Amino acid sequence: MWQDLRTELYPNLEIVTVALDARGSAAARPWIEKAQPAHPSLVDEAHTLAALGIVNVPSGVWIDEGGVIVRLPETAYPRRPAFKDQTVPDGATPVERERIEAVKALNVDADGYVAALRDWVALGPASRYALAADEVVRRSRPRPVSEATAAAHFALGQQLNTSGERELATEHFKEAQRLHPTSWTYRRDAWAIAGPDHPAIYGTTWLDDLKREGVDRYYPPLEL
Amino acid sequence: MIFRSARVSADELDRVTGWELKPEGLCQMERCVPFSSGSSDAIDLAAVSRALGMPLVVEPRARLWALGTEAGGRALESATLPDLELPDLEGRPFRFSALRGRKAFLLAWASW
Repeated sequence: MWQDLRTELYPNLEIVTVALDARGSAAARPWIEKAQPAHPSLVDEAHTLAALGIVNVPSGVWIDEGGVIVRLPETAYPRRPAFKDQTVPDGATPVERERIEAVKALNVDADGYVAALRDWVALGPASRYALAADEVVRRSRPRPVSEATAAAHFALGQQLNTSGERELATEHFKEAQRLHPTSWTYRRDAWAIAGPDHPAIYGTTWLDDLKREGVDRYYPPLEL
Repeated sequence: MIFRSARVSADELDRVTGWELKPEGLCQMERCVPFSSGSSDAIDLAAVSRALGMPLVVEPRARLWALGTEAGGRALESATLPDLELPDLEGRPFRFSALRGRKAFLLAWASW
């Protein structure tokens, strides 16, 4: 999805994509091979990027030439996603209708985000979208012990799932979700691993959680 | 950050966490945290956990140890991107420090 922008902006900007997939390259490979990106395409099985404050995908982070972050994780789509314009099909069940309406209501401003990115690539630190280092630190998420511990449980869940110990893995995925309840990445990846039975295993659904937490905590509005 | 024993070598600790054992302590990029270890071949993960503020979770049924992320303060103690290392599809390691010298856009996505 980002290849077109990379073609436009390289060599002034390099793009690196990272798949947060506990199932590893097996899950990410079909998508990456279809996209045939010229940029580095990495896989993060243990959600290492949670350390940057990433709690949902897609999230973008801007890094300057000196390796300094100038914008923190934000919802990043290269173009308006199709889900914003889908229609409710005839015969949809009430739950299907509610889910479609919920997805359409998510905060996504692809045009604004990409315009800001282009502005920064052109102007560098003079861009009004580039944050000063102290502002980046100030805006970054607090990291309580509970969330730091959740990262360890998620890593254990990923390792155990990979080695075939599904029940034990689920225990740790549940604990990660309990300790870091605002992380959608922990939830969504574990649900994907569980498959269609995930509502029974985890006692909730995407729609239930979205309704409880609100769209602004799923994809917070951009502060450009 | 997964380990298979309660004590690890300095090399393994560096490879898994990015923290290197030096005479001045545990160091990552320009940061150093005071730390002393009797042996570079058997560093106690519990001591590492205390020194770095990274919670240690033990799964005795699978004999696995996991360090979480650093706790306290904010997700970014400085705006410098940590020198994380992640593999590509073929398992080749990529260090984020390789991006230095050019603006970079890091995009986290998922197949799910």
